[in-house]
Amino acid sequence: MTDQAPILVLAIPLLTAILMPLAGLFREKLCYPLVIMIMMVTTALSGAILFQTIHFGPIHYYIGDWRPPWGIELVIDPLNALVLLAISVSALLAAISSKAVVEKELEGKEIYFYTLFLLQMTGLTGMVITGDMFNLYVFLEITSITGYALLAVGEDGSYMAVFKYLVMGTIGASFYLIGVGYLYMATGSLNMADVASLIPGVIHSRIVFFAFILCVAGLFVKMAMFPVHGWLPGAYSKAPSAAAALIAPLTTKVSVYILIRICLSVFTAEYVFDFLKQTDFIVWLASATIVFGSLSALAQKNYKKMLTYILIAEVGYMVGGFFLGNRLGISGAILHIVNDVAMTLALFLGAGIFFWKTGSGEREDLKGLFVKMPLTMTGFALAAFSVIGVPPTCGFFSKWYLISGGIAGGQYLFVAALIFSSLINAVLFFRLFEIAYFQPFADHHHAPAHGAVAIEEAPIHMLAPFLVAGAILIALGLYSGEIVTQIIQFAIPAEIM
Amino acid sequence: MLDFIIGKYNYWFYIILMMVGFYAIIGKRNLVKKIIGLNIFQTAIILFYVSIASKKGATLPILEHHGGHGDHAAIIEVASYMNPLPHVLMLTAIVVMVATLGVALGILIKIYKRYGSVEEDEIACVIKSENMKYEVGK
Repeated sequence: MTDQAPILVLAIPLLTAILMPLAGLFREKLCYPLVIMIMMVTTALSGAILFQTIHFGPIHYYIGDWRPPWGIELVIDPLNALVLLAISVSALLAAISSKAVVEKELEGKEIYFYTLFLLQMTGLTGMVITGDMFNLYVFLEITSITGYALLAVGEDGSYMAVFKYLVMGTIGASFYLIGVGYLYMATGSLNMADVASLIPGVIHSRIVFFAFILCVAGLFVKMAMFPVHGWLPGAYSKAPSAAAALIAPLTTKVSVYILIRICLSVFTAEYVFDFLKQTDFIVWLASATIVFGSLSALAQKNYKKMLTYILIAEVGYMVGGFFLGNRLGISGAILHIVNDVAMTLALFLGAGIFFWKTGSGEREDLKGLFVKMPLTMTGFALAAFSVIGVPPTCGFFSKWYLISGGIAGGQYLFVAALIFSSLINAVLFFRLFEIAYFQPFADHHHAPAHGAVAIEEAPIHMLAPFLVAGAILIALGLYSGEIVTQIIQFAIPAEIM
Repeated sequence: MLDFIIGKYNYWFYIILMMVGFYAIIGKRNLVKKIIGLNIFQTAIILFYVSIASKKGATLPILEHHGGHGDHAAIIEVASYMNPLPHVLMLTAIVVMVATLGVALGILIKIYKRYGSVEEDEIACVIKSENMKYEVGK
């Protein structure tokens, strides 16, 4: 069982997604428990894989027993396994909390929602564990195409926003595909490890240089870096809450992870950091992303839209941290991928509960929620503290690594952008808390002027995953030292100081 | 210079075709034309992949029987066969392209039902007038 775990993690959601419409035809109520069950199985498998990779080293799984470089290989090292576990847990929590929201916002479309949910998970899992460049493209597109469909069924205006996303996302994926083509021209291989071993021989080739530029540019579109971020705020803020809670924490983070994977284990750290010497430019771009994302978030009155701009700023954190090119920065970037999955999950689950409760995305409608939903607001405050970077939540530790990496690398612009963004985040969230804590709950039916307002929390299957996500934020913060020394250390090549 | 243009003509064609598609995506205001542009863009990449597989004087990569039964020891001249791998990859890429096209057309139908048009300008007009009505209603 365990030696087949890598393929099972992929195959179980994929095959269940195909069976889901049949199960839905039989009993519509069956879909939700089925998804929960499948996500629990994949989470357990991911946990087993992480345990195995930490104790027995990386797993190489040859699909159909075709040896690389001819066949497609699944490679799982501790870093993959960590990201895999993070996305499985995140999707499991998103799935559990989806019940009430899906029934309310997507009535009659439950079957299709859960089918696409599992396909999306297949794509994300495949992106994380594949060891083949072209296979990665296919999984990237599976994720994107199911993402377009999931995001499009949201509130009014989502169609135009998703159409924009579709056009930009397809262009991004096409760039990546051309990049893979150039890389294939130069090396004659598509297997990541094989390409990495051939890169030193063609290090001066301009074809490899363009392949690098095209792959990175394509992934920048997919992860919404500053000049090509335009699709993200519209598509994510108008999406149905259940789809946003699934896609927003995962898609951008997995794209950043892919970028790190491609730079470290395809083009090799030697090529990217020593030979090219152009990484300063990308760090500046990332700083611009952070500043732009934070300032745009400041201008929003709609809390869902505000969260999407924070998401863009977070992408800048990770990309900038990675291209600092020193050990601290890369550790911070990888740690921030995991932390940001948890943070964004908590934020979007919280936003989903608010939207479910108030039926509005406006900031002003959060009035009095601290009294009405104390537990939810406590969880949301925890997520907000993590985004701002207050210890002992996990956001503080990754930001600490990133800032020390920036100072060690002499990138003071990046450090300034990080600190600036933390301050803006503090302003953003305390403005929300001020409305939710001090202003009375606006109840049109009976005046709340005197007497206590009754506590009306969200149902338990929405509240529990949200609070678990909040607890994970603190747990990740407390164990961040272990994560860095046990897992992330070994993912960074030894020549990077 | 001439050599640079003629010798690498397959790349020029793919780049020109790609730019035609790109122009349609960013220049045209009609959403159907944008999707057609997107398709041309992706087709250009498929042609690029297919063109890098070809060799001068090479034939299809199907091995014929050399000599008698079980005699596979005959030397295979790699240079006389085209590279089949890019073709195979492009089969997958075509499937991805078709899936993207399907989703795009599905969203387009929804847009048409919602706004009654597939012209960007007219959709913007509809949204603007609805917003004004909303403001007045408030």
